[in-house]
Amino acid sequence: MDFLARSFLLTEIVKGFLLTLKYMFFVPRVTINYPYEKGPISPRFRGEHALRRYPNGEERCIACKLCEAICPALAITIEAEPREDGSRRTTRYDIDMTKCIYCGLCQEACPVDAIVEGPNFEFATETREELFYNKDRLLANGDRWEAQIASNIAADAPYR
Amino acid sequence: MEAVLEILMMPYVQWTLWTLLYTLCIVGGVLIAVAYYTYAERKVMAAMQRRQGPMTVGPFGLLQPIADGLKLFSKETIIPSGAHRVVFLLAPMMLFALSLIAWAVIPFDKGWVLANINVGILYLFAVSSMTVYGVIMAGWASNSKYAFLGGLRSASQMVSYEVSMGLIIVCVLLCTGSLNLQEIVLADRPLWMQVLLFPMFIVFLVSILAETNRAPFDLPEGESEITGGFMVEYSAMAFALFFLGEYSAMILMSAMTTTLFLGGWLPPFGMEFLGFVPGIIWFAAKTGLIMFFFLWARATLPRFRYDQLMRLGWKVFLPLTLIWVVMTAGILVAFDALPTP
Repeated sequence: MDFLARSFLLTEIVKGFLLTLKYMFFVPRVTINYPYEKGPISPRFRGEHALRRYPNGEERCIACKLCEAICPALAITIEAEPREDGSRRTTRYDIDMTKCIYCGLCQEACPVDAIVEGPNFEFATETREELFYNKDRLLANGDRWEAQIASNIAADAPYR
Repeated sequence: MEAVLEILMMPYVQWTLWTLLYTLCIVGGVLIAVAYYTYAERKVMAAMQRRQGPMTVGPFGLLQPIADGLKLFSKETIIPSGAHRVVFLLAPMMLFALSLIAWAVIPFDKGWVLANINVGILYLFAVSSMTVYGVIMAGWASNSKYAFLGGLRSASQMVSYEVSMGLIIVCVLLCTGSLNLQEIVLADRPLWMQVLLFPMFIVFLVSILAETNRAPFDLPEGESEITGGFMVEYSAMAFALFFLGEYSAMILMSAMTTTLFLGGWLPPFGMEFLGFVPGIIWFAAKTGLIMFFFLWARATLPRFRYDQLMRLGWKVFLPLTLIWVVMTAGILVAFDALPTP
């Protein structure tokens, strides 16, 4: 009897309809208009790699190869020799972004905060070759994102 | 020049030209309504699912239907090698044409009707029943299992629900005493009659969902089981015709419900002081309400299983409407309230 009354008066279906109506008018949207708005990201966000410089323009990397050693995906290749002024510098610093798993171990291993993973995640390319980053590309990334990377590192420093 | 003018002044030539003009107006209006109905569908569904819907093409994505249309026009129509070419191409055209010709008898306002025929409701019912042929043709001519199954499902579903729809229409006709859609709208309906017809209105709403193959009765399309049903082999313009036909049929069914139950172009609830608003506005508003119900139902209800659909059609709606016809007739006779023509 109860079942009959409920099915003929459509109480459950009416409840469902009212629920969707409530969602339509009184519940805020959860999606954002992506290419025009972006969600917040953490200062620890691990995105596209960058090689940083000191404020005087000198590159930070001292070619210790700790990042190359720790990289679990073997994505980093480094060759190094002394520069004319005797300092130890890389002659080649390649990251194969198709191998990289964005684990962040390279930036943890780096003693001078040279290699970091920046906040940029929109670096999709049309060809595979464009994802084989060399040293110039990484330094350019560092120059481009330096302000944000520096503020992210500063924001994260108290928790380290 | 003189001769041309003379021909143009002839009464039947003028009548033909005027009819052509009216037809163009109705068809153009319906097609624009269909285009923006697809947009409204995406927006309403998105809002109910806490999304935003199309936002990129034009302000608030308002040009999205035009972009979709252009995309479909510019694509290639693929005809499967095993298909029956003539029937395969005829099916979408037929479905599209059928969903448009039914608009001839819909009264948009007092006197605003292309063909004021005395059996308007029968014509409407007949034309809407014919669409099942388009679906069967498409399902058979595609020479594909999925399309065939979709066609079969659609045929049995539409036939099942037409039975109860017919009986509901009989109820309305008993109360109004006319087959002419304008007279149905204008017929005097006291409150007890409206209460009597209200359950039939609900059943009719469910039946038009089934009749137009819309969710929760969209088994002929059933993308999770038969990948798209009878239109699985169609692409480009042929698919666009199916799409236009389906949405135009939905709008048509909304207009039919408005005419039968909601008082067409008259102000709602008999509020005479609202009579200054043009009838077409009331008609559009009421039709829009039913159209919103289509989208609302799609966003709310999950798809029926096929045996549930058949059970609902034959074991619930058919007895219910049959009883209601007898009851309506009995009440009308008992209280001597039968409408006199």
